[in-house]
Amino acid sequence: MRVLTIARVTILEASRRKLLIALAGLTVVVVVLTSWGFSRLPTMKDVTPAEVRLAASQLTILVAFMFSGVLALGSTLVAAPSIASDIESGIALAILPRPIRRSEVLMGKWLGLGLLVTLYAGGSGLLELFGIWLGTGYLPPNPVAALAFVAAEGIVLMTLALLLSTRLAPMTGGVIALVLFFVGWIGGIALAIGQVFDNATIKNIGVGSRLLIPTDGLWHGAIYYLEPADILSAARAAGRARAGNPFFADAPLTIWYILWVIAWLLVLLLLANWSFARRDL
Amino acid sequence: MQRPSTDRTDLNPTEAADAASLAVHTQDLAKRYGRTVALSGLTMSVRRAEVFGFLGPNGAGKTTAVKLLVGLALPTAGEGWVLGAPIGDLQTRRRLGYLPELFRYQGWMKAREVLGLHCELSGMARSEWKKEIALALDLVGLADRADDKVEGFSKGMQQRLGLGVALLGRPELVLLDEPTSALDPVGRHDVREIIRQLKARGTAVFLNSHLLSEVEQVCDRLAVVDHGRVIATGTMAQILGQDGAVRIRVTGLELVKRAALKTYGNLEDEGEWLTFRGLAQDRVPELVSEIVRQGGRVYAVEPRHETLEDRFLQLLKEQGD
Repeated sequence: MRVLTIARVTILEASRRKLLIALAGLTVVVVVLTSWGFSRLPTMKDVTPAEVRLAASQLTILVAFMFSGVLALGSTLVAAPSIASDIESGIALAILPRPIRRSEVLMGKWLGLGLLVTLYAGGSGLLELFGIWLGTGYLPPNPVAALAFVAAEGIVLMTLALLLSTRLAPMTGGVIALVLFFVGWIGGIALAIGQVFDNATIKNIGVGSRLLIPTDGLWHGAIYYLEPADILSAARAAGRARAGNPFFADAPLTIWYILWVIAWLLVLLLLANWSFARRDL
Repeated sequence: MQRPSTDRTDLNPTEAADAASLAVHTQDLAKRYGRTVALSGLTMSVRRAEVFGFLGPNGAGKTTAVKLLVGLALPTAGEGWVLGAPIGDLQTRRRLGYLPELFRYQGWMKAREVLGLHCELSGMARSEWKKEIALALDLVGLADRADDKVEGFSKGMQQRLGLGVALLGRPELVLLDEPTSALDPVGRHDVREIIRQLKARGTAVFLNSHLLSEVEQVCDRLAVVDHGRVIATGTMAQILGQDGAVRIRVTGLELVKRAALKTYGNLEDEGEWLTFRGLAQDRVPELVSEIVRQGGRVYAVEPRHETLEDRFLQLLKEQGD
């Protein structure tokens, strides 16, 4: 199982290069600080439990946004050089003449990076939610589903950066992936505005961007499971007032969209394998 | 006298046709990068258990040829076989060792771990790893640095490690691309010894080098490439030829008469000194008589043994003409 060997080496490299310890340390600092901040909410003057719950739910979404942003940037920064820098440095020249297929190297890297992304999303997310619960007694309605979508967002961006890494220099691939990530985010806002004002053109642009770069779609999938039902109905009632709010999701992702994301991932992985297999080194 | 082949392969047709019995055999192998032709039809053969030198100036296509043989690049045309299998064959790669020209290994790993990773990737039985790693470390003189991280290694030590990686698992064919480029004289000597040991145990070595003295010392046969094709191939004796060169110090010979002496060999006119290449030794007295007959005064006649460097430069010059 050479795929597992490469996956193990990828995780070992992240560990030896102190990426894991740095992320773990920073996560603990962020969780401690934000939990302390959350714990101040119930102590505020004349605050009711309903207000604490409202504030905690909205702040939880903002904190989740910060973690998903860190995850997206981190996934790109780690994946963009994964193949490209091995080729540039010459490490790949020693590895690839071994009896290993290029697809095994690529899938091993994907698996290793995917595990790291999932580990970070799950670990940091659960720790943060635990801190919020300790401070306020608030827990979002479906934290596991929310974290799964945040992790999927990271995996989508990591896969895109990995595909670019088979052909482009680390810096170029990383910049392109990040630009697409932010374009997707703006596309998501456009979709929300288009939906509220029922403008077909803007809606189509938003849908197109959400299909091409599914990161924002997945982020909205995560938001939905972080929103308590009463807050969801209040926001729905606000109508046009919530237009373009990137921290609100009206409905869960459809099964069709989830299937689209799975197909998108498969196509990108096929493209990455095809591209790497045909690359002259 | 057998002349070096200037085309195709110098092996006999039966031998050349039987790719399975050869360590390497290529037929019109070509590689093009966009409009740039890196290799324009390489035909050559390397026997098993021989040390084969692959010589050529910068940009001749040497590294491209090696990359095609180990599957790092795909040929645009032609065919090639390595250890009897088409180039790139996955299972055959178990029996190959390769030291790239651009050698770099995971800096965050210890030398022992790098070797372990390559044992694992080559599909070697786990029970063999310890012995193979110790053997490789010992052979390349890194036994005392086995547990140091590679990022602390000098370039020469990294090249030694690369050589160790290439020798893991007793490969049947080892391809070394400029294996001494970062080594000091001691290291170069060590590499020559390792190559001799490999040959003694029946391993074929494909040595890609532009260090002519190195090739001259260890290679059984060699090919000279230029502009992506073989311009000469054969044993060292065949390439060098038995014809030598002779330098003659002469005065009083008119220019026209000097030019007429070209029939005796490839003439280099340096004023008082004339050098004739490719001249059979038994024709030297005849040449001296002719110079005297033409009115020249001969002060010195110095036979010169042709080195591989002389022959290499001459081949490239002929190719250029």
